[in-house]
Amino acid sequence: MSFVQNLTLFVLSAFVGYEIITKIPTNLHTPLMSGANAISGITLLGSVVVAGSGATELATVLGFLAVVMATINVVGGYLVSHFMLDQFSSRGQN
Amino acid sequence: MPGIIGGLPDAVLQLAYLVAGVLFIQGLRDMTHPRTATRGNAISSLGMFFAVVITVLWFEILSPYLLAAGLLVGGAIGAWLAVRVETTEMPQLVGLFNGFGGGASALVAGAELIDTASVLGTGSSLPLGLTSTAAIAGIIGAVTFWGSLVAAGKLHGVVGDSPVSQTTGHVLKVVFLAAAILGGLFLVVQPEQFGNSPLASWIPSYWFLIAAASILGVFLVVPIGGADMPVVIALLNSYSGLAAATTGFVLDNTVLIIAGTLVGASGLILTLIMCESMNRSLTNVLFGGLGTDADTSDMADIYEGNITETSPEEVVMLLETARRVVLVPGYGMAVGQAQHAVAELAELLEANDVEVEFGIHPVAGRMPGHMNALLAEADVPYDKMRELEEVNPTFSRTDVVIVTGANDVVNPSANTDESSPIAGMPVLNVTEAQSVIVNKRSLSPGFSGIPNPLFAKDNTSMLFGDAKESMQALVNEYKERTS
Repeated sequence: MSFVQNLTLFVLSAFVGYEIITKIPTNLHTPLMSGANAISGITLLGSVVVAGSGATELATVLGFLAVVMATINVVGGYLVSHFMLDQFSSRGQN
Repeated sequence: MPGIIGGLPDAVLQLAYLVAGVLFIQGLRDMTHPRTATRGNAISSLGMFFAVVITVLWFEILSPYLLAAGLLVGGAIGAWLAVRVETTEMPQLVGLFNGFGGGASALVAGAELIDTASVLGTGSSLPLGLTSTAAIAGIIGAVTFWGSLVAAGKLHGVVGDSPVSQTTGHVLKVVFLAAAILGGLFLVVQPEQFGNSPLASWIPSYWFLIAAASILGVFLVVPIGGADMPVVIALLNSYSGLAAATTGFVLDNTVLIIAGTLVGASGLILTLIMCESMNRSLTNVLFGGLGTDADTSDMADIYEGNITETSPEEVVMLLETARRVVLVPGYGMAVGQAQHAVAELAELLEANDVEVEFGIHPVAGRMPGHMNALLAEADVPYDKMRELEEVNPTFSRTDVVIVTGANDVVNPSANTDESSPIAGMPVLNVTEAQSVIVNKRSLSPGFSGIPNPLFAKDNTSMLFGDAKESMQALVNEYKERTS
């Protein structure tokens, strides 16, 4: 894909993000942040591709480290959000 | 050689990424209401799982065991940290996770450079699109990694204040930012004098860039004080998203761009909300810092002879006749882990037909929504937590306000004193209530370093002591009197 196509995607996503995030109430800002955090671990995909292609040893090592770091981010972020949101919904209905 | 399902047309992979992107967006949409938020988080994680599985199956993986090991190790560490964390340590954990995301992006960009160079062979120059986006991903990623580590360290109390003066700090920031950009330019231009070997032509410049950006990240965050951490944490969150999006440009990966940009937008919006709540610009938070030299003579003038001290017994007497009570928590509640005692007090009051609400300032605590998360942990229903604009008009018909562990966010000089460093900052106007109880350890100033005239008001009484002990004392006393 061309740079311009990527840029188009970037700009449109920014608008979608702005529209949704501004609607999220203050109450949920902490879980939002750790959830968003987990999403930023999407860079894991990049590490999988790079660690996997393994054209050189150095790239494989760097890729492996990146996989570990990104997985910590993804798994930890989603779990923390989940525990927190559970606390919101358990008593939130009254 | 393609992976297991890699024989399929490329459009299949792109469609799978589209599905993952839609799941992320739907997950965030569900976060707009507490009732659907848990589902939203699950949908978003499903999107992540789907994207990872597809990628693993698609691409040729030379070392599937190595990859599995990486996923297992990372997953175990992440889960372990998430399970054992105390709610009070949440801000530093969120900061830490954030840093790992940024660090991973920087490493991926570096590895991709090495791979491409080895494929293209000696002497050929790397494509411009790759080098420029890799440079950006490297700088943002390294700044995010080190900045987040420092922020987490500061929140955890293991990193102190800046060892250099503010001016020296500014100079160092400019120097290292310039160095990082220079490294990026060398990477992009790949000048002849670096030789024709692919290693010499760009590896030094990429690692040089990473080193400079790392030092920059440290110097950016070290001078920033504790109460400004909500802004820093939110901003670093935004950076880690942007780092992922830029990595998406490096790898031509659509779902990376979509997801990274969503996170970037989310972090940026939170950052701006935090800044607005302090009536300060982002530049001021990052580079200015408040004057922390407390004017002690000034303080004595205001407080001298005007401070009324109270006891749990007296407070409970007030509460017995009250019909509407507003509780205002601050960072002190988090430090003292007083949220359960506060929640119990609220419950007791409600059981006696007192209207109870929580007034929460957007920057109370150390991360966006910090107070809300703590109170939710203590089973306070979210519809009892009121934002600043909602609760301010109600203070005039409130009988008792109990402020626990908050200071600057209830300082009336923000409204009245134009020369005050916090002038114009939206504050909770608690003085409009019949009586105000301020629970604090001492009269010492808050983060802004200025005295708080609220403490000297006629309708304010000070309940000195640790937040948890004081709130527990109120709970016990109230139980005794009303049973």
